[in-house]
Amino acid sequence: MFKNLGLVAAIVFFGASLSYGQSTILNVTYDPTREFYKDYNKAFQGHWKKTSGQTIQIRQSHGGSGKQGRSIVDGLEADVATLALGYDIDALYDQARLIPQNWQKRLPNNSSPYTSTIVFVVRKGNPKHIRDWDDLVKPGIAVITPNPKTSGGARWNYLAAWGYALKKWKSEAKAKDFVKALYKNVPVLDSGARGSTTSFAERKLGDVLVAWENEAYLMINELGPDKYEIVVPSISILAEPPVTVVDKNVDKHNTRKVSEAYLSYLYSKEGQELAVKHYFRPQDKQIAAKYSAKFRPVKLFKIESLFGGWQKAQKTHFSDNGVFDQIYAK
Amino acid sequence: MQNKSRRRTILPGFGLSLGYTMMYLGLVVIVPLSMLFFKTSSMGFSAFWEATTAPRALASYRLSFGVAFLSALINAFFGFIVAWVLVRYEFPFKKIINVLIDLPFALPTAVAGIALATLYSPSGWVGQFFDKLDIQSAYSPLGIVIALTFIGLPFVVRTVQPVLESIESEIEEAAASLGANRWQTFRAVLFPVLFPSLLTGFTLAFSRALGEYGSVVFISGNMPFKTEIPPLLIMTKLEQYDYSGAAAIAIVMLLTSLLLLLTINLLNRHVSRRVNDELA
Repeated sequence: MFKNLGLVAAIVFFGASLSYGQSTILNVTYDPTREFYKDYNKAFQGHWKKTSGQTIQIRQSHGGSGKQGRSIVDGLEADVATLALGYDIDALYDQARLIPQNWQKRLPNNSSPYTSTIVFVVRKGNPKHIRDWDDLVKPGIAVITPNPKTSGGARWNYLAAWGYALKKWKSEAKAKDFVKALYKNVPVLDSGARGSTTSFAERKLGDVLVAWENEAYLMINELGPDKYEIVVPSISILAEPPVTVVDKNVDKHNTRKVSEAYLSYLYSKEGQELAVKHYFRPQDKQIAAKYSAKFRPVKLFKIESLFGGWQKAQKTHFSDNGVFDQIYAK
Repeated sequence: MQNKSRRRTILPGFGLSLGYTMMYLGLVVIVPLSMLFFKTSSMGFSAFWEATTAPRALASYRLSFGVAFLSALINAFFGFIVAWVLVRYEFPFKKIINVLIDLPFALPTAVAGIALATLYSPSGWVGQFFDKLDIQSAYSPLGIVIALTFIGLPFVVRTVQPVLESIESEIEEAAASLGANRWQTFRAVLFPVLFPSLLTGFTLAFSRALGEYGSVVFISGNMPFKTEIPPLLIMTKLEQYDYSGAAAIAIVMLLTSLLLLLTINLLNRHVSRRVNDELA
């Protein structure tokens, strides 16, 4: 009886884990890239047909960056992972050895073909006169930003604020006070970035929404340029959403070549143009120059230089009893 | 053992159906739950203790059990009235109202959470009135109670309704002919019969509320120490790839709920036995 049961279970699981056909790849990505990759996949399909003669199907999976990383660790057979932060891709090495440790060195610019930064969205006319980070800690200002413990995007928000304070006062203690004061002005910690956008736009909570630049533009386009405007702070963080091939899976599916081409095409002129179209900042110097009017200049710092990379930032700030927990501790 | 049980029942198919039951429960309930214990086995006792008794975790248990209890209580009261009205009276659109009761079951909980948050946020249709009274409805424990009350409504109605339907009118007529007034009939005759089902409904609503995540995260505001529920803590731990810490909190919730359910079930058995004795 139980032997049979085991057999049945084995067959079911085996059937479920049978890989997709060879002309299909799965891109496991996060929420705000939905529209971008839809366009990009079409472009790449054409490109791949031209260069190799093969027709390729690309499937997309969306969700919070952390959840998506976990799905891959737990067995979702992604060929490529394009997530919001290096930490979630690091997990593919740390937790399951699906990729080599030095994955981020394999593609140019820290494996981030496009970047973004953290900006503010305020209500039209900027009634509370929010110009820079300092304005967010003023009493009476309500700031909407998601919970950095559940949202990868929100971790960039937090680090941007921390980096601003650290650069200004050159003191960790001051930076902590600053961030504490900022989160004191946060009335609601949504679990994800889109949740925060909803709180700010639909529920009319808060005076300022801290958001990724591409999300901010997307939101304004969707919900009306007559209602909101973007404020770019004096200094912010360079948000680098990285990409990688998932080695174990592409070797199993025999899709390494096409997966690598899929990622490197992101760095091509066409890929960069599409990134710009969806409000990501391009890496390509020429494309960047061409669209310099679209992206307002802002002093950017990198997570490596200020925080020593994601592993360290995560451990110091977002682990249990880390700095973020401390600022909420009683 | 087998012989004995075979003798005890005259219905055929005992072995087969019990085997099927065990296998089904094993696959659907026991195996997934045992994964929790498996995941925590890698952490030592001190790590387990630390994860499950952190001040923030304690605050979240308090919140969750409190709001779940409150919402189950509200549902027990109003659910009972709804069941009563649906069974005892005839009125137009009764069928439609009867179907409406089940909607909270069918609706994805995230949808419920978003809809309620929209309604009860300070600028929402309902929330603005609360706001004028200086009561924060959404993004406060009250908001969580509202969401959980919505989610748990069908349980009480659907458990009380069939029992109420099965009570024959002769019982009430007998009570009346023995000189009981309406209130006495309700209190001494009807309510004791209904109470076990009411308690079951309460228990179901309560345990459902304890585990609810989808609707709560949208309306609670997720503030540490204030409106953070254990399922959210579990999510934050998963976000850090801290599987064992997440499982540890889940185990605490699971065992506490199990204990509560057992207690209520025992109580229920006790009560229904007493009722049966009295009726006999």
